[in-house]
Amino acid sequence: MAGILISLVLLTFMAVTAFYVLRLRHLFSVVMLTGVFSLLSAALFTNLDAVDVAFTEAAVGGGISTVLMLGTLALTRRREKVPETLSIGPLIIALVTGAALVYGTLDMPRFGDPNAPALKHVVPEYIEGTANDVSMPNIVTAVLASYRGYDTLGETAVIFTAGIGVLLLLVWRREEDEEDEDGEKEDRA
Amino acid sequence: MIQDILAHYNYWIIMVLMMIGIYIVASRGNLIKKIVGLNIFQTSVFMLYITMGKVEGGTAPILTGKPEVFSNPLPHVLILTAIVVGVATTALGLALVVRIREAYDTIEEDEVRDQDNATVAEEMSRAAR
Repeated sequence: MAGILISLVLLTFMAVTAFYVLRLRHLFSVVMLTGVFSLLSAALFTNLDAVDVAFTEAAVGGGISTVLMLGTLALTRRREKVPETLSIGPLIIALVTGAALVYGTLDMPRFGDPNAPALKHVVPEYIEGTANDVSMPNIVTAVLASYRGYDTLGETAVIFTAGIGVLLLLVWRREEDEEDEDGEKEDRA
Repeated sequence: MIQDILAHYNYWIIMVLMMIGIYIVASRGNLIKKIVGLNIFQTSVFMLYITMGKVEGGTAPILTGKPEVFSNPLPHVLILTAIVVGVATTALGLALVVRIREAYDTIEEDEVRDQDNATVAEEMSRAAR
């Protein structure tokens, strides 16, 4: 019961944070609130027994993405332009999608149900197999690196591709751009 | 009644968070704000998966030798992968924002569109002449 109450409080905090991300126009505050959001979700993951996920979210989601966004802010600008009107179209899209998703949750097993169908299929095999095949205490690590090792290799390929993309975008510029930039710098100087 | 609400409250708040994220992506013209919205949406999806893996009275899926009930470890593995890939895509998006700012000197979507339209109109009038 205490666990449920903790997650309710954390989720409510997160809803408030997300609302202020929507409302605030100063991008620095928005980015800091994103960090707060990630940290709160890491706390929620710990509460829901996903300690590995909480660790990754706190380090990567809360740390690295916030730093990346602050770096981008330093290279761009801090203030968001105030839009002229409230946008009706996106609001309708969000409300309709949200209603459909809530309707979908009505069929889902209740929170914490030990008889949920997702727990009955391959999960017991993985839990038993970890002790016998992999002899590794952490089941998440065993599945990630051993049972699903090829998927993790694929993930690494995705990250490598994204890293190459970032390098291509930011480091290898076309020569004309370089000349323009040099011109600008000289103008400023 | 209270039990029914508590049984689904997590899911519903997560849906609200997702919809705030999707609304930010769709309605805000600022490109950094869009990426922040995408991040919120993404984190909400992670929370949805982890919530589905929780088992009442379960513990973190680490073997201690004692008989225990574990929460479902498979969503944890999936989401672990998704978080890291998510940061990689965020980095790519932010790099694109930096390049757009260099090319157009703005990160507002409508200003980028206006500049594009102005360029096209200019080229067309030049072609007509």
